[in-house]
Amino acid sequence: MSSNSSALPTPVKTTGLHVGEPAPGVAKVDPIMVIDDVSRTFGGLTAVNVKHLEIPRGAITALIGPNGAGKTTLFNLMTGFDSPDTGSWSFDGERLAGVPAYKVAQMGQVRTFQLTKALGLLTVMDNMKLGAKDQQGEKILPSLFPFLWRKQDALIEERALELLERFKLAKLKDDFAASLSGGQRKLLEMARALMSEPTLVMLDEPMAGVNPALTESLLGHILDLKTQGMTVLFVEHDMHMVRHIADWVVVMAEGAVIAEGPPDKVMKNPAVVDAYLGSHQEVDLGVVTGRIEGDAAAAAAALFDNLHGDESGKGGK
Amino acid sequence: MDWGSIFTNTAASMLSPATMAFALAALGLAVHFGFVGLLNFGIAGFMAVGAYGYAISTLTFGFPWWGAMIAGILASVVFAVLLGIPTLRLRGDYLAIVTIGAAEIVRLLFTSQAWQPVTGSADGLSGFQGSFRSVNPFPEGDYGFGPWQYTENQLWVLVFGAIVLALCVLLLWRLVNSPWGRVIKGIREDEDAVRALGKNVFAYKMQALIVGGVFGGLGGIIYVLPSSTNPGVFITSLTFFVWTALLLGGAATVFGPLLGALIFWVLQAFLGSFLPALVNIGLLGDFTSAQAGSLRYVLVGLGLMLIVIFRPQGILGNKKELTFVK
Repeated sequence: MSSNSSALPTPVKTTGLHVGEPAPGVAKVDPIMVIDDVSRTFGGLTAVNVKHLEIPRGAITALIGPNGAGKTTLFNLMTGFDSPDTGSWSFDGERLAGVPAYKVAQMGQVRTFQLTKALGLLTVMDNMKLGAKDQQGEKILPSLFPFLWRKQDALIEERALELLERFKLAKLKDDFAASLSGGQRKLLEMARALMSEPTLVMLDEPMAGVNPALTESLLGHILDLKTQGMTVLFVEHDMHMVRHIADWVVVMAEGAVIAEGPPDKVMKNPAVVDAYLGSHQEVDLGVVTGRIEGDAAAAAAALFDNLHGDESGKGGK
Repeated sequence: MDWGSIFTNTAASMLSPATMAFALAALGLAVHFGFVGLLNFGIAGFMAVGAYGYAISTLTFGFPWWGAMIAGILASVVFAVLLGIPTLRLRGDYLAIVTIGAAEIVRLLFTSQAWQPVTGSADGLSGFQGSFRSVNPFPEGDYGFGPWQYTENQLWVLVFGAIVLALCVLLLWRLVNSPWGRVIKGIREDEDAVRALGKNVFAYKMQALIVGGVFGGLGGIIYVLPSSTNPGVFITSLTFFVWTALLLGGAATVFGPLLGALIFWVLQAFLGSFLPALVNIGLLGDFTSAQAGSLRYVLVGLGLMLIVIFRPQGILGNKKELTFVK
């Protein structure tokens, strides 16, 4: 499976994922994850309050929304890194309430982090090997007897090399992860996650701080995951990427799901435009905020008045 | 200046039970701090628990030497578990605070008058060597050459200490070069990342706390084996001396703690003889010999600071690691 990033084909979108009209909480044909009435508050702030959400299996789902919409919090709740105040959620039919993060990961749901967590003072190869599941040598007593785990370790190393090859990191395998660039660390984190042979891969802002060329190869890798039968859920702000690879888009705002559907339809949804994309994408930002005098369209002028006439206006959507 | 006696004292310290005890305790800290990143400032507590576990089970319960050793080891395991359950889920700094407090609690409990018949209170315990000496393979007599002169009992403690130390080094070397070691090093770097890969981080930290704690407990046993145990030995300074030895040798290494303990004791012995000698020939101004002897602790503190600033990876640490110190 080569990741020829220069000639990235237009991805084949998976369709027919939902049952009935696309609306927040719409049922899916084959959901891998189901969330019901999950809420999480931090003091007085309701970070997440999701009535019902189903993540379709075998597809790439994007989770988008403005900053503070609760995307990462929802991620943490789903992966067991945080526990909700109310609600139930299940993965592959198994309820996850009270299941610790490491067990969730063992079930086949692996995640990456918004701020990349490469294990700096481990080599790239050790980072990769750490991802593999069910290692005999990771138990304290068998670890003392190399003949019990050496064979398995060699197999893991082989698999790690293949993945590193694919992610173009093979040459760096003996370097400390700390010596990698930011983009390479993103790749390493993703490759490491794949070592656990997951069924659901959850990527928290995989493209943040990655240059355009690397973005293309990362896109290729994410699409590869789908062709290999994995389900992908990712949080992202880059709308081009979302349009390009997502089969399904879930939009969150203020902790709730406000829309979901195929990308082309969702992007036109007025609620989404209001809450996230902004109604005046075509007007220069400087003109909108009044920093520069442009040939502001009437709409921009109206918006300018709106903004400055309503300074305290928190309610303004 | 009597260079002869300075040299003899310094050379003798290279092969002493105290050096081995420090090496064992530093090895325990290497597991805790160097490989898992647990900030344990209570290694003196682990040593005390091991030493008293050995002494009390011999004197009060009449255990044979090997049973008493096992009791000392079990006591360190229990101490590690008790410390670990409430603190290992918290951030590292909390563990540091709790361990330093727990070590003091242990010392004060052994100092307390309440259990005087068992613990010996401030007088400590002695006379627990009978069973250990009864299995001494060396016949009565004097052994050694040059500065290294021992009675058969001293030699037996040294040989036994060396065997225990070698076994612990081998054990640690095996552990850190296995997939288990990979996991704990991963936890040191970022425990959430390791958790996300499906490893039970709490269990690994607990295992490591126990392994290091047992090394510390064995260090305590070897420390008191030549003569007696006294709560005044297991003070917080002891913890920081062990830390100095560890950081000197290299925290994330297997042989660093050994080298560090050796250098620490050689320096201690050298300065302990050399500084008073300087006073005698009038080179240290108004210092008395006793004051000059204490000056070495000032120098230890200074040394610790210099290591942490200029060579945080220690003598045996990997140079590459220094480049990426956070």
